Amino acid sequence: MSLAKTKHIEQPTVLYMDGVSVSFDGFKALNSLSLFIEPGEMRAIIGPNGAGKTTMMDVITGKTRPDEGTILFNDELDLTRYDEAQVANMGVGRKFQKPSVIESLTVFENLEMSLKGGRSVWQALTHKLTGAKQDKIDEILSMIDLKDRLYEDAGSLSHGQKQWLEIGMLLGQEPELLLIDEPAAGMTDEETMKTAELFKELSKKHSLMVVEHDMDFIEALDCRVTVLHEGSVLAEGSLANVKNNQQVIEVYLGR
Amino acid sequence: MKQEIKGGPLTRLIMNDVAGRRMMMIILAIAIIVPFCNLVFPEGSALHVSTYTMTLLGKYLCYALLAVSVDLIWGYCGILSLGHGAFFALGGYAMGMYLMRQIGDRGVYANPDLPDFMVFLNWTELPWYWFGFDQFWFAMVMVLAVPGILAFVFGALAFRSRVTGVYLSIITQALTYALMLAFFRNDMGFGGNNGLTDFKDILGFDLQADSTRAALFFASGIALILGYLISRFIVTSKLGRVLVAIRDSESRARFLGYRVEWYKLFVFVVSAMLAGVAGALYVPQVGIINPGEFAPINSIEMIIWVAVGGRGTLFGAVIGAILVNYAKTYFTGAFAELWLFMLGGLFVLTTLYLPKGVVGLWAQIKDKFFSSGGGGQSGNPATDNAEGKV
Repeated sequence: MSLAKTKHIEQPTVLYMDGVSVSFDGFKALNSLSLFIEPGEMRAIIGPNGAGKTTMMDVITGKTRPDEGTILFNDELDLTRYDEAQVANMGVGRKFQKPSVIESLTVFENLEMSLKGGRSVWQALTHKLTGAKQDKIDEILSMIDLKDRLYEDAGSLSHGQKQWLEIGMLLGQEPELLLIDEPAAGMTDEETMKTAELFKELSKKHSLMVVEHDMDFIEALDCRVTVLHEGSVLAEGSLANVKNNQQVIEVYLGR
Repeated sequence: MKQEIKGGPLTRLIMNDVAGRRMMMIILAIAIIVPFCNLVFPEGSALHVSTYTMTLLGKYLCYALLAVSVDLIWGYCGILSLGHGAFFALGGYAMGMYLMRQIGDRGVYANPDLPDFMVFLNWTELPWYWFGFDQFWFAMVMVLAVPGILAFVFGALAFRSRVTGVYLSIITQALTYALMLAFFRNDMGFGGNNGLTDFKDILGFDLQADSTRAALFFASGIALILGYLISRFIVTSKLGRVLVAIRDSESRARFLGYRVEWYKLFVFVVSAMLAGVAGALYVPQVGIINPGEFAPINSIEMIIWVAVGGRGTLFGAVIGAILVNYAKTYFTGAFAELWLFMLGGLFVLTTLYLPKGVVGLWAQIKDKFFSSGGGGQSGNPATDNAEGKV
């Protein structure tokens, strides 16, 4: 772990966090957290409840300002200086733990709204659906397997389908980096595996950071794993490696 | 199935909106027929509409426009303003100031520049903020600008600080209450608790004349239709869907990259301007504007109109405003002291049993008894732009 702390690392990173700390009323949610993700990398984050996983996503996406530390996007943009909408428009997409699609809009409308660009009030008022946008929506639809539910309210979808729709909305934003919070929560085994396949497919084009508790899911992702504990990185490496780490077994796996 | 989503602005605005289109045709018919019956048929004729009735209906039309403006922000963006009466009253005051200056030297004190109440207060000069109101165009600009600017400043502060939900409702309530107290003061220069009244004419036409009343009535109908169409244009655009996203899940909208505060601000300002226009048309018809219009209870009543009609449908707001005000006219005549209890009861009943209002009830009835018919309005705020999808 000393690697990230030695000021700047040589290789290019899509996300670079160094010495990030956040405290709420004296409780250190993040304690000098350092972590970096290479372009095109998929990374799984695990850790017990309260380890700081969600807070980490909050500081990356501009929802929470860190007390100290550096967060760089693509080695140049200091994410701590922007708010949620700005960070989103720079190319960081975020999926929440609870599926948060817009339930009273149709699947189509949800996706249409997520498409990159046209974020100003005026552009939204004069928005027209072009062929290119329609194509993009079709492309996403086939990835998330919701083609036949296109004009149904998102609220009528099953839990798993809502999760996928939300992932589809992330794709619409065309982000470079996707932050995904417990995508497999509440999914059936079959849906979980399908989601893992989807993520592997996505990792060809995007960098992903996936927070998850489901070990089978992480195994299926087959990627580097970071273990968070009490707001900082406890271990990092392949899943097999991490699983055999004595500290990790004590604080997380062993329970 | 796809054509329902595609289609130009006009299709979106009119063709997909069966219920709204019918409602606007009815409003247009009323706006033409009522003044016609008032002016053409003599008193005593079965087809005659009295000036009293026309003025009353004109008031309802203004309230309906006000309700549309409330529904635009509450129904679609989830901003529960309990101070919308302030914008209505400010629009009314802007019109009232023009009407006061129109009186000229025909006032009791025959002062050509100063309205009577200023002479009475021993003022010798017109306050600076009364300048320009002798011009109709200037007053009309102010009818839009004053509510618009107040909404902009207030909204910018509130939305940027991310004040939402009940906290926002409370400060909007405080806003209208503060304005009421301010306007009650004589030295504000708006006539104190008497407000502005004793108007003589508008654009040179006698306000007591039936023809002027008829024209005002017609203008109210047209304003309602235009206000409805503007609101409809907004809610059926992508902007409208962003508003629904903000209403349903504000953080999702933010993480999708939308600057929520700008969207809220835009729709809040548009809504305040519509309310201002409603107030401006209301004042010459009722002949008075006083600080009582700022009373918090008025703003709460507006919410009840929209809730009763059906939140998030726009045309439901029109129905609600007319129904509740008709009931108010009737019951305050028949059992005056019971009205407020009935209003409160109405709100409780609507919230408990008719969450989608009269419009939702109608949709339910239709579903139950004519379910094979298909189409029609769903009463669902977000899907009403995809009429006929069943």
